[in-house]
Amino acid sequence: MAAPLLELENLIVHFKTHRGWVHAVDNVSFTIGKGQTLGLVGESGCGKTTTAFSILQILPYNAHVKGGDVRLKGRSILRDSVKEDGTIDPFNENIRKVRWKEISMIFQGAMNAFNPVYKVGDQIAEAIRVHYPDMSEQEIWKRIEELYDLVGIPKDRIMNYPHEYSGGMKQRAIIAMALALNPSLIIADEPTTALDVITQDRILGEMKRIQEETKTAMLLITHDVSVVAELSDKMAVMYAGQIVEMGTTRQIFKETAHPYTEALLGAFPSIKGDKKKRLKAIPGSPPDLISPPRGCRFHPRCPYARERCLEDEPELIKVGDGHYSRCHYTEELFGAGQGGGA
Amino acid sequence: MTDENVEIRDEVVLQVRDLRKLFEIKRSFKEVLARRPILYVKAVDGISFDIRKGEILGLVGESGCGKTTTGRLVTRLETPTSGHIYFHGVDVAKLQGKALKAFRRHVQMIFQDPYESLNPRFTVMQTVMEPLLIHGIGDTYDEKLEMVIQALEDAELKPAEEYLDRFPHELSGGQRQRVAIARALVLKPQFIVADEPVSMLDVSIRSGVMNLMLDLREKYHLPYIFITHDIAVARYMSDRMAVMYLGKIVEIGESDNVVFNPSHPYTRALITAVPVPDPDHKHGRVQIKGELPSPINLPPGCRFHPRCPYMEKGICDVKEPELVEVAEGHMVACHFARKLYEEGFSPSEGAEEATQA
Ligand SMILES: Nc1ncnc2c1ncn2[C@@H]1O[C@H](COP(=O)(O)OP(=O)(O)OP(=O)(O)O)[C@@H](O)[C@H]1O
Ligand SMILES: Nc1ncnc2c1ncn2[C@@H]1O[C@H](COP(=O)(O)OP(=O)(O)OP(=O)(O)O)[C@@H](O)[C@H]1O
Ligand code: SF4
Ligand SMILES: [Mg+2]
Ligand SMILES: [Mg+2]
Repeated sequence: MAAPLLELENLIVHFKTHRGWVHAVDNVSFTIGKGQTLGLVGESGCGKTTTAFSILQILPYNAHVKGGDVRLKGRSILRDSVKEDGTIDPFNENIRKVRWKEISMIFQGAMNAFNPVYKVGDQIAEAIRVHYPDMSEQEIWKRIEELYDLVGIPKDRIMNYPHEYSGGMKQRAIIAMALALNPSLIIADEPTTALDVITQDRILGEMKRIQEETKTAMLLITHDVSVVAELSDKMAVMYAGQIVEMGTTRQIFKETAHPYTEALLGAFPSIKGDKKKRLKAIPGSPPDLISPPRGCRFHPRCPYARERCLEDEPELIKVGDGHYSRCHYTEELFGAGQGGGA
Repeated sequence: MTDENVEIRDEVVLQVRDLRKLFEIKRSFKEVLARRPILYVKAVDGISFDIRKGEILGLVGESGCGKTTTGRLVTRLETPTSGHIYFHGVDVAKLQGKALKAFRRHVQMIFQDPYESLNPRFTVMQTVMEPLLIHGIGDTYDEKLEMVIQALEDAELKPAEEYLDRFPHELSGGQRQRVAIARALVLKPQFIVADEPVSMLDVSIRSGVMNLMLDLREKYHLPYIFITHDIAVARYMSDRMAVMYLGKIVEIGESDNVVFNPSHPYTRALITAVPVPDPDHKHGRVQIKGELPSPINLPPGCRFHPRCPYMEKGICDVKEPELVEVAEGHMVACHFARKLYEEGFSPSEGAEEATQA
């Protein structure tokens, strides 16, 4: 079997602070196949962006890789960059060769990342020039026209300044920029969060079409499970630096196997169904990652927690085909992936 | 809502009639010299609605449609350009000075950002007690403290004593929003405007705050205007819902009537656009065109016509539609409201039909 496009294996990334180590990413493993979309969901501060930054090795200076590996098409892109103390050499050749060209990223809040004094088209052209110095100007501008077609902005807007774009157009241009070098994987960090619903709906539609047309794989990061439901084949649910449940999007929604996932899915009001039904509230708030709770990290907020959960840290347990849950009582509570859950 | 509450609930607390707020756009010195005419943003452009005791009215719409301005007008943090706000039958739209202060005691606003709305140098006790001091309520310190504790417990910060001496940075986002709610409750208001009170909160704490607000309504028959851009949240929270577009209410009615039989093209677009947390849900894409126009240069006729898939030339671009009643208590401002209402709506069908067009 060919190696998957992207593979994270037991990745551990902590931040050094004066208060202590922040356990932002603790033993995270997942794979993304060619053309696949993995949705990574979880609340603010659970480690989603840190996971993404670790893949591209654009971490802040106080980040330390404490273990694990990241492989692209079977080859490690991380091991050689990790220095003795765990910090990263972001200029290592293995990552430099693939960063932006093979793996690109749509940053959280990127809409405002365009430089206001340059025309949008010039900014995209420059990004292409840096990576393909041999490409002719003619080819570059042809590529930009293709990209504008792909993301659905009229070509006569290429030479506008960023402030002449609406929020939705800026986000489309950001997507065009991420696609510019024809990467095999795009990391999209909250790509629609700042947009109103109508614009979000259009951008999601555009992203779906681009997925189908270009077969680009995607790591889709969001706190909004409905965005993942629309765009992803697979899903990983993150809580306090760890993946607590992973499987196909259908499995996560229809055969939910972790109490946190159950709570997260139950916390969204729906436009369908019975309005009188009270939403489930999750008590307490997310933990401080400097001293995450012992045992199961979710135990202080878990309605099913028992004695064992306070001391014993659960492993990811297989509950179905490609479906894993980090809970001691997953089988008892949800059945072994046999349509248990919500 | 049980039957014995019906009488109380029918009591109208607030009647808003033809309320308007224009903001003047500042001209630069150069523009004044060049005699650029004064331009106005029509933030709220003639809206009317009622709120009864114990009722929650959801106010939804895209960014910039005038939701916050409406909230600030009815709590009189802002003075309307024209129109009326009857509070228990008395027009408070033009109140000033002492009378305004007395009115403000009865209406409270809760804001979106629990980080910004609390003074970082105030403890929880100081924050919640401040309104009592401003309005001179409670004779003794002990009496005031009693009220503060009651308000904190109502906001489910229990035991209250544990929170009194904390500063905002020692609280989670959800707890901060509960402090803001306690601060609003301490004056025993008769009416609350909550402006996107859960938008900044994490999903797992959001539902707790929403449930708290529903509980308080049950307990005190407290009416709210609940402002949100999320129509699913509005449906969960409100009895009736008003959809705003560029300063106007385009549809208003019982929440489930609006959600299940939206009869304004804009409401239909909003509902089609809501992403549904279900991988099996196949919904179509919104077919409305273009972007939100500027509230300075409103389109003639129906202000939605440049984006509307149902638009008919000669009608929609000429004449502004009035709100018409399509069913009891369900009002829609569209020339084709009755037809759209009769036809009914399903989000996925709507998309298919529009795709062919
Ligand atoms: N440079 C840093 N130094 C110390 N702690 C950090 C640093 N960057 C992030 N953190 C902490 O690491 C944890 C994970 O942060 P991260 O940005 O990955 O979360 P996230 O899941 O992307 O959250 P959000 O949804 O808010 O974007 C958080 O607790 C955050 O406070
Ligand atoms: N003080 C002001 N001066 C000038 N224009 C204003 C002022 N306050 C609001 N506006 C304008 O009035 C319109 C309505 O604004 P408002 O804040 O009420 O919208 P909103 O529906 O609450 O939007 P959001 O969802 O972004 O909070 C906008 O075009 C806004 O720019
Ligand atoms: S009046 Fe015309 S333009 Fe306005 S919403 Fe109705 S159909 Fe659309
Ligand atoms: Mg993030
Ligand atoms: Mg607002």
